[in-house]
Amino acid sequence: MSDVHIRVSQLTMAYGSRVIQRDLDFDIMKGDIFVIMGGSGCGKSTLLKHMLGLLSPASGDILFNGESLVSASAQQRDRMRQRWGITYQSGGLFSAMTLAENIALPLQLYTQYSAADRDDIIAYKLALVGLAGYQDFYPSEISGGMRKRAALARAIALEPEILFFDEPSAGLDPISSSLLDELIVQLQQSTGATVVMVTHELPSIFAIANNSVYLDAKTKTMIAYGDPRELRDHSDQAVVRQFLAREASAAVEEPL
Amino acid sequence: MEQRPPGFELTVQDRQTAVLTISGDWIQGNTHSDFQTFKDDLCCIHADKLVVDGAELGRWDSVLMAFLLQCYNQCRDDNIEFSQRGLPANVVQLLEVASTVPAHEQKAPEAEPWYGFLDPGRLYGEVRDATLGTLEFVGELSVALARLTVGRANTRLSDFRDFCYQAGPNAFAIISLTSLLVGMILAYLGAVQLQQFGAGIYVADLVVIGMLREMGVLMAAVVMAGRTGAAYAAQLGTMQTNEEIDAITTMGVSPMEFLIVPRVLALVVMMPLLTLYANVLGIVGGGIVAGGMGITPLMYIAQGEDAVSLAHLTVGLIKSVVFGLLIAVAGCRSGINSGRDSAAVGQAATEAVVTAIVYLIVADAAINIVFQQLEI
Repeated sequence: MSDVHIRVSQLTMAYGSRVIQRDLDFDIMKGDIFVIMGGSGCGKSTLLKHMLGLLSPASGDILFNGESLVSASAQQRDRMRQRWGITYQSGGLFSAMTLAENIALPLQLYTQYSAADRDDIIAYKLALVGLAGYQDFYPSEISGGMRKRAALARAIALEPEILFFDEPSAGLDPISSSLLDELIVQLQQSTGATVVMVTHELPSIFAIANNSVYLDAKTKTMIAYGDPRELRDHSDQAVVRQFLAREASAAVEEPL
Repeated sequence: MEQRPPGFELTVQDRQTAVLTISGDWIQGNTHSDFQTFKDDLCCIHADKLVVDGAELGRWDSVLMAFLLQCYNQCRDDNIEFSQRGLPANVVQLLEVASTVPAHEQKAPEAEPWYGFLDPGRLYGEVRDATLGTLEFVGELSVALARLTVGRANTRLSDFRDFCYQAGPNAFAIISLTSLLVGMILAYLGAVQLQQFGAGIYVADLVVIGMLREMGVLMAAVVMAGRTGAAYAAQLGTMQTNEEIDAITTMGVSPMEFLIVPRVLALVVMMPLLTLYANVLGIVGGGIVAGGMGITPLMYIAQGEDAVSLAHLTVGLIKSVVFGLLIAVAGCRSGINSGRDSAAVGQAATEAVVTAIVYLIVADAAINIVFQQLEI
């Protein structure tokens, strides 16, 4: 039986008095590829920001290996974050730095590699995401898909235990998107990292996820938790089945 | 856990096959012999086949992967068959992922000699482009303003009102401080000289004329260049980054009419008002210093009143309109021509302020010369 890596317990998220989601309760196991899904505006990205410690919850806690993120001091939080790799929706690469400098930054900050080793490692990380030889390009000089992969190279620079993705395939064509999915799976298998991603791209959900949670915008809580393939066929919630089967219906009255 | 130093050894198994034995802990903090050693050794052997043996490998991280990837690429370049035995399964898998996409052939950019910026051809090109760009901008702005006068421009009154508020009332505090102090500085400067001739009372004339004609408007303009000009450049630059300007253009609305006209007009309308305000505060500042030198407020006011003339006031106000226009044009032009990343927005803001201040000084000198010749 695998161990619990991340535990979200009784989490309620709110902006001021406006509750986004309440009573979220789920575990993410070591080595999972876990998807946070739900309709637009249900609070998927907000949940991710809470898990990254960028926002504080109204109540509840998030535990990484049993260690609380919410009550951690700033120092502890930084230490925890060193073991994470994060890819933001639009990449989050520093536009004034080349790809090599972008990847070198975490290496310089947190490791003792020699300068020569660092260069070799940068070359290797870029090769892993299929961008070998692009060291001296600026983010503005490469395509959107390449930017996503470059951001992934930066995220895996420190060999993280957890990889977070915010909409990894948003704005990518189907081929690039499935290549990225494949890459995520390969990296997950060879590094054993836990992957947490926010997405509503059904093909990638079914292709790579082995566990998921569905956040509902109407009831403001999670209404399904489990393997997405299982949920598509057997969920007791009609909304979840429709979401996963990509059906529009009058039964789903979500504000657009 | 005891650490073993990382190492590798290249041995010849038979005539064609070389074996690379990797041993020890390949993790950060441990130094290993560099790739060049391996490359040189491999060169001497002339093998057709390289087998990497990982049986003695201890712990490992990206250092090992980076090294193996280099070995792999070297073998591929030299047409040597690459194989492995005893490497951990995930090392093999990572190596496979890393080597699927061939490296991008990089064209090394031509190194520019340090004196490159002195190249007359390039200098001429830059000056010509900048001049043409400004002329084009001014031309488009004129067309947009002309369309506005006949009521056919897509300019929103509410935008104009907002920009007026930002450029006017919001700037009061900083303008108050600077013009009060400039008035005082002007008074000190004159007082020392004038008192030597027993003409201390003429400090009032000096401050009044100085503020009205020159310092009031110039200081207000410099502050507004740093405050509003830079803000215009940053706003428009960020809109460029967010593709908002593309959105406006594709909606069939001219960004010139929609974004730039209200900004330019707001500054042109607000600058004379700010200048009047700055003039009053500057004269008050001068009065404070004069009071300290024994000139009573009544004397200061009486003497100052004589110095005030419509001509002085008008010169200042004409300048303020010109300066307002120049600051807005410099800010908007830098912003709308900004690149699409965060560094470019910063650059646009800097360019806006620098250009505006250069414009201000040149225009001020030009206007002064003209008025001197016209004896106004």
